[in-house]
Amino acid sequence: MATQSLTLTPPRRRIAADSRLGLLLRSPVALLSALVLVFLLLVAVIGAPLLQDLANTQNLRLRFFHPFSLERGWAYVLGADALGRPMLAQLIVGARTSFLVAGATVALAATIGTTLGMVSGYIGGVMDAALMRISDIIVTVPSLLLALSVLFVLEPSIVNLILVLAVARLPIYLRVSRAQTLEIRERVFVEASRALGKGAGSIIWRDIRPLVVPTVMTVAMLEIASVMLAAAGLSFLGVGLQRPDVDWGTIVSEGREYLTRAWWATVFPGLAILITALAANLLSNWMRASGDPLQAAVMGATASREEAARP
Amino acid sequence: MAADTMARTSVLKVEKLTKHFGQVTALDAIDFEVAEGEILAVVGESGSGKSTLARTILRLLDASSGRILYRGKDLLGLSAGGMRATRRHIQMIFQDPYASLHPRRTVFELVSEPWRVHASVAPRREWPHRVAALLEQVGLPQSYASLYPARLSGGERQRVAIARALALRPDLLILDEPVSALDVSIQAQVIKLLMTLQQEIGFTSIFISHDLALVRLIADKVIVMNRGRIVEQGPTQAIFDYPRDDYTRLLLASSPELGEETTAEKQEA
Repeated sequence: MATQSLTLTPPRRRIAADSRLGLLLRSPVALLSALVLVFLLLVAVIGAPLLQDLANTQNLRLRFFHPFSLERGWAYVLGADALGRPMLAQLIVGARTSFLVAGATVALAATIGTTLGMVSGYIGGVMDAALMRISDIIVTVPSLLLALSVLFVLEPSIVNLILVLAVARLPIYLRVSRAQTLEIRERVFVEASRALGKGAGSIIWRDIRPLVVPTVMTVAMLEIASVMLAAAGLSFLGVGLQRPDVDWGTIVSEGREYLTRAWWATVFPGLAILITALAANLLSNWMRASGDPLQAAVMGATASREEAARP
Repeated sequence: MAADTMARTSVLKVEKLTKHFGQVTALDAIDFEVAEGEILAVVGESGSGKSTLARTILRLLDASSGRILYRGKDLLGLSAGGMRATRRHIQMIFQDPYASLHPRRTVFELVSEPWRVHASVAPRREWPHRVAALLEQVGLPQSYASLYPARLSGGERQRVAIARALALRPDLLILDEPVSALDVSIQAQVIKLLMTLQQEIGFTSIFISHDLALVRLIADKVIVMNRGRIVEQGPTQAIFDYPRDDYTRLLLASSPELGEETTAEKQEA
């Protein structure tokens, strides 16, 4: 037989990534969302250290300075707050903290929650029951109250804020991933993997995880917005971030008092949260769809290329 | 023929295998033996316990009692690790190729997956070459290696499943209605492929089916199951020509292709 001459290159991961980038370039909404997020991240990372001092500079003569005027330079183009601090500079500095808190919280909660959820769903038994009851307890206690009491006892710092929010958000990931795992583990391909001799760890990591992660990613992207708001709520109650640390939530709650006199102090940070949340949602939706071969075929032109290659 | 079978070594011997699902007895004291190179067919209506039997032999379901001797070793007595190592020699092809292949894995990854589990069979650098050879063996073009199962037809998927099962060069292959989910025109092709492979490689197989015409064509021995019991077993010819049990007769008579044929033959005789 001519088997000797047969050579076959294994499919490269990079090719898959390339075609996914291609898919992103062809989807205008997803591309725009990704660009907005990348832009905001860059502004937060590069701009924040440069504008740190300016953002905290008070100038009482510029109290409630009107937006859309270049009289005082670019920093004041979005107006100033009750203490005459430039809004634009504050937004940029706040962006870094908001992204840091929301991103770290979601990453921490999603990683731990999903791992526990998959193991609990696949193995079941006593551990599953115990984890689910703990998660029930966390859900029963209002997350704001939990965060409030913990941060009241501990010192309110960024690390503590992230830890407390992550614990409060854990049950969502735990339940989503467990529910999915319960469904996936009954599928025939998992049975086929067991017939092949795979252990529980390998089945969870290689068979179940690839199908759970897209759902969790969608949830996580949605959660970024609510974590930002939760952090804002805590800042508003005085146990969240303390000046000079500032995030968008802090700015919204500070501006709220003067809403009738200076709408810009609330609306601009609010808009920033809204745009970030919207972009994150749209992108997460696209990620889920493009990760699914069936939907990707409908969405992209790569499908027709593969179809053409088929004899 | 019977003497010939006796002389061959037994690959799988099942003794008093019983499986309960709560009150229901899915398998009731099953006894049978498969010899090397044989094709044993298991027939019976839906719900007669055929698939449960396959899954219990592979320990995908826990048996309630009995013994499953694979080349003299009791599979039910093996530790989890020992069983995992033994699975290399016993492979299964599932009924529905739309469900048995992981949707997020390319054909290359699906076929090479067994070597990831049993690393000693093929070193990683040999994978591309081996996958190519297996795809050739099951009659799929090399370009399919990079495709996902969603792109393949049912027959093509079942060929991928066959390639994956053969990747470990199994000694015993359990086929759980391997073609009943496929189009009639494709069924013949896949069966022909399986028969060719069986002759080339010489694995022993347990073939679960409710297609009696097909069983008559390919099987050496037949087990007839009803409500978790074996009602009759013996060489294919004997079962089809002189069925002794009422249920077997009923089954043969209700098969559209066979019903008339057997009565016609009897009239001739």
